[in-house]
Amino acid sequence: MLISPSSPYSNGGWLERNIVDPSLKGQQPIVLETKQLHVYYGDNEAIHEGDLKFPEHRISALIGPSGSGKSTYLRSLNRMNDGIARVTGEILYRGVDINRPEIDVYKMRRRIGMVFQRPNPFSKSIYDNITFALKRRGVTDKRKLDEVVETSLKQAAIWDEVKDKLKKSALALSGGQQQRLCIARAVAIKPDILLLDEPASALDPVSTSKLEETLLQLKEDYTIVIVTHNMQQAARISDYTAFFNMGRALEYDETSQIFTSPKVQLTNNYVAGDFG
Amino acid sequence: MVRAVYVKRGQVMNKKLQEQLLKRSKAAKMERFGKTISFLALMLITVTVFAIIIFVASKGLSTFVTNHVNIVDFLTGKNWNPNVTDSKGQPEVGALPMISGSFVVTILSALLATPFAIGTAIFMNEISPHRGAKLLQPVIELLVGIPSVVYGFIGLTVIVPAVRSVFGGSGFGILAGTFVLFVMILPTVTSMSVDALRSVPRYYREAALALGATQWQTIYKVVLRSATPGILTAIVFGMARAFGEALAVQMVIGNAALLPTNLVSPASTLTSVLTTGIGNTVMGSLQNNALWSLALVLLIMSLIFNLVVRMIGRKGAMSK
Repeated sequence: MLISPSSPYSNGGWLERNIVDPSLKGQQPIVLETKQLHVYYGDNEAIHEGDLKFPEHRISALIGPSGSGKSTYLRSLNRMNDGIARVTGEILYRGVDINRPEIDVYKMRRRIGMVFQRPNPFSKSIYDNITFALKRRGVTDKRKLDEVVETSLKQAAIWDEVKDKLKKSALALSGGQQQRLCIARAVAIKPDILLLDEPASALDPVSTSKLEETLLQLKEDYTIVIVTHNMQQAARISDYTAFFNMGRALEYDETSQIFTSPKVQLTNNYVAGDFG
Repeated sequence: MVRAVYVKRGQVMNKKLQEQLLKRSKAAKMERFGKTISFLALMLITVTVFAIIIFVASKGLSTFVTNHVNIVDFLTGKNWNPNVTDSKGQPEVGALPMISGSFVVTILSALLATPFAIGTAIFMNEISPHRGAKLLQPVIELLVGIPSVVYGFIGLTVIVPAVRSVFGGSGFGILAGTFVLFVMILPTVTSMSVDALRSVPRYYREAALALGATQWQTIYKVVLRSATPGILTAIVFGMARAFGEALAVQMVIGNAALLPTNLVSPASTLTSVLTTGIGNTVMGSLQNNALWSLALVLLIMSLIFNLVVRMIGRKGAMSK
């Protein structure tokens, strides 16, 4: 393939990439992995390649400039792109390809939960927000529901702030509280993996640091994949970091490696703040 | 000496600037003109609305003021025959058959139209947003544009015989009126329900889907719940349209000023009595005034419908 000298990939004609397999480094098993993943919006290919492996009980961050495809990639992981984009390739969740049409996406999403960029609580009470998914699955036992509400709010580190107003509308909470409520809502169904799409981008610094503390605690029980455009955030909380550019994962390595001695020139430029 | 010159020059320049700024530019004059025009337009409409209300009210109230009809008798009387006086020497102007006829066709057609409208709206906005909207949007707009006399004519030639053969009776009556109104208000209720569903933010749906809810659970428990005020508004708008529809209903309802006892016997509504009767009476006579009283009832009802829509809107805004 011919690449003009002005192209960012003009290093001898080959796309410079460095994707590390975490299973070779640590003892953690891989819970989620993508193979030959391509995403198309109509004829437009948004993700050209993104073959990453996410280790259990670790936080993996996806960073990159706007439009680099990191959110599109994340949303493909629990098939939230269904009906919006066409996704080809394999998404292996504990060895099972969940990108096949015969997979029950609703059951799958109970194992791979997602929290979005914008806090999106339902206009219901805090209690009903948390119990929404359980009730849809037919759980009606009041004691069980109460218990789940308490534990998940505690896990999301928001219990102390809301325990006296569980019946109040969730929309009365602050943005940061709403986002942690959304996390509590996601963990209430006890998923295996939590996907977070720029969860702190709408929050102020204080709420952001509370959210980050929460994520570090959740790491004990969940595998977390987080998209962030805040490089300091990725550096603070993640164990692994993937750098995306123009629809490709160019580098994936331990976070300390990415931020101190990246092997790909473009990654270096990005984390140094030269573009993005 | 030097300083004085500077000051003087400064003053001269300021004077020029002042003159320049005090003279209104053409654009500023145009703006004032435009503001006046739009204010006059608003005033014209406001005056027209109030003139209509005052005119109808003065005419409608003269039945009670000039002709000394008891207002309670008017609203609850069961006999409508303004040419005849009853045993007490009072004219027979009981409007209850028409009032109840209007309400019954309105409520029945709204009950019939609502499930179809919500179903269509869900299909257009949730299940098949691209194809559904492309196909159904023009159809709905077309339905809105069909003149009511055409609906009435179709009702007369198709629905009335159909009702007659299926349910018996003459075919004319509340049921035929309900079916015609059902088709007439369906597009209004549907397109407003679509708007209500469309205004539910996308992230509500995403939130529910990401929690493992199925699409139906998402629609039923999240989308419809938060669109409820908008859908209620749509229904009330449809009811207002059904209540005020005259021609098509008049063509199929049978026009007998009798209290409806079943759905297939001829009945009448406020509007149907007005359209059939208003040309046959002399201005200022009791017969004429009584019809104006019916018009007043109609006007008050549509004001109430409007009020209900506003109340729903305000409640919806508060709960958001």
